[in-house]
Amino acid sequence: MNKNMNTNNHYPQGQDFRHVLNARYRVATVWQTLFLSALLIAIISLMALIYNVVDGAFGYIAYEYKNDPSEFTSTPLAELTQEELAAILKENLSSGAYKKLNNEQPVAERSQADLFTLFMERLVQLDTKGTWSMTDSLMNGEEIRAEVAKKYPKAQLEFRSWLTPQFLVTPMSSKAEFAGVRTAVLGSLWLVGIAILFALPIGTGAAIYLQEYAPKNWFTSIIQTNINNLAGVPSIVYGMLGLAIFVRVLEPLTSGALFGVTDSNGRTILSAGLTMGVLVLPLIIINAQEAIKAVPDSLRQAAYGVGATRWQTVWYHVLPNSLPGILTGSILALSRALGETAPLIVVGASTFISLDPSGPFSKFTALPIQIYQWTTRAQSEFHAIAAGAIIVLLVLLLSLNATAVLLRNRFQRRW
Amino acid sequence: MKQENITAENKAFRPLNLARKISPAESAIQVLLFLAGILSIFVTVAIVYELGKEAMLFFTNPDVTLGKFLGTTKWQPGIGQYGIWALVSATLVTSFVAIFISLPLGLAAAIYLSEYASFKSRSILKPILEVLAGIPTVVYGYFALLFVTPILKAIFGDQLQVYNMLSAGIVMGIMILPLISSMSEDALSAVPRSLREAAYAMGATKVETSLQVVVPAALSGIGAALIVGISRAVGETMIVAVASGSGPNFSFNPLDAAETMTGHIARISGGDLSYNSIDYTSLFAIAMMLFLLTLVLNLISQWVVSRFRERYE
Repeated sequence: MNKNMNTNNHYPQGQDFRHVLNARYRVATVWQTLFLSALLIAIISLMALIYNVVDGAFGYIAYEYKNDPSEFTSTPLAELTQEELAAILKENLSSGAYKKLNNEQPVAERSQADLFTLFMERLVQLDTKGTWSMTDSLMNGEEIRAEVAKKYPKAQLEFRSWLTPQFLVTPMSSKAEFAGVRTAVLGSLWLVGIAILFALPIGTGAAIYLQEYAPKNWFTSIIQTNINNLAGVPSIVYGMLGLAIFVRVLEPLTSGALFGVTDSNGRTILSAGLTMGVLVLPLIIINAQEAIKAVPDSLRQAAYGVGATRWQTVWYHVLPNSLPGILTGSILALSRALGETAPLIVVGASTFISLDPSGPFSKFTALPIQIYQWTTRAQSEFHAIAAGAIIVLLVLLLSLNATAVLLRNRFQRRW
Repeated sequence: MKQENITAENKAFRPLNLARKISPAESAIQVLLFLAGILSIFVTVAIVYELGKEAMLFFTNPDVTLGKFLGTTKWQPGIGQYGIWALVSATLVTSFVAIFISLPLGLAAAIYLSEYASFKSRSILKPILEVLAGIPTVVYGYFALLFVTPILKAIFGDQLQVYNMLSAGIVMGIMILPLISSMSEDALSAVPRSLREAAYAMGATKVETSLQVVVPAALSGIGAALIVGISRAVGETMIVAVASGSGPNFSFNPLDAAETMTGHIARISGGDLSYNSIDYTSLFAIAMMLFLLTLVLNLISQWVVSRFRERYE
């Protein structure tokens, strides 16, 4: 009888049991390795991405002068003064081009570096023959030098960092070698500023309403569901909304026509900023709600207990205690707005702007837009400045997020 | 003198009338807050109205028939070709590749983080995933075009076009991975300890517990993560705009170049577009489809979470 039971039992005994157990352990190890490798793949992807960007932002460039600098001046390039450069430009540029320059900013007031860039860009005219990535430049330096010497005997080869202080303060240019991100960074700051001015008060107000005032009924739950859904709407749809409402319907307002601005259409910083504001609004509401939820009820009851009205309770007790959370959420929303590209394309970011934005009614470009345009160009030197611009963008985002984390750690309270 | 003092005090201590109306300022504030609260409803209404209005203009155009829209495979509104499948196919292919990459990886990462990782390694690994989630999509586009595509080129050779759906899809998968892993991890962590302990008591190994007890118990949350991931993939614009090609192409071969719905909107609206042209209204028709699709997906995901959530109280 006993023996019979053992044979019916599917579970092996003795030596066989060990085998099965070891097999199960082996399976366990394999799976655990698989789980861990998924994380490793994510980490490797992140590192590959960062490597890819840094790799592109530095490296050899081979270029030729289209016109020899000695045709314009006998002074060595490094010793040219501001006055000399101004004189050279005046002499050699066509009068129309010179006038245009003067109109943008009087040549006499421009800095030496600025004029030197103009001199190189307009008169000497670099002709880039090729660029190489950082890894390529460091590993195969000899071969690159040999190749360039053979193919382009007149060309100069130099190791160039595409990300320089100059790159940050130079406006856009149609030549990659002289382009910078100044207008794009300023445009991005304007956009983010308008977006936050619009979304922070309204978002916080909505969160206060939903957490502190709203009755628990079907209407409130519709609002709540709606906000959660808006957070999942693709950003390009917000762009279409911005195009239809801010650019077209509200054109008199967003183009500044109501305020006497005449030289623009609806595709302005204001339109784009408001579109961004609508886009980050659900995020700000959800984050602010979480922050308000974290304030314990005892605080509210204490306030009511001493006779505070509802608004006094909110204003003097709930808001101050949830402010760090609300600000952290807003900064995160801000960094989302900073990196968002698609809605800006739809709302109508300009492709080429070399002037700083002068106000909410000027045309705009933004950092992600520049990255997009430079990445989609065929020439490799544009990919290099795209990499430079990406580093600028990532550093901006990183510092924003670091601020958020610091804020959270510094002011976070546990109840 | 003393008498006066007492009356003044009496005035101050007048019993509070609790039935009185709240002050006007208080109600004004309440109204303002209410307006802020329902602004989100207006945003939704505005999206539906504006998109719907222009989309109606598109669909009521005598040239456009439902048969052409759904029955043909060439999209070029300028010359009277309205086959939406040319764009939908690319959206399907890139989203499929993205989910194919991000679902297994994201789920595996979530299981590791929730079931295996020590507190310390979690506190290192999670921020890395968050960084991955915070990178702007245009940067992913750069990565797809200039890093992943050359690698794929080395593998597939000339079959692979410079712009291709495979590279865009893979990078999109990497982008969605943190989303799927963090949502799945939330679902896995919500499974109570008692279930795991019961499994261990029966002699199950950690993997057996994770895969046969915890994951099935968290399946609704994982399903919701999958649906949100799909909705993100369908709505993603910049990666496909940079890396997947510009030009509608009815093809289900990931090695081909093709333009997705989002990529098409970005490319066409980037130029100078005259309002009321068929190109302009067609964009709104596409955007409307995108909006409805993602809306339905998001609603399903919320419904799945609330309907199938296992309660362990």
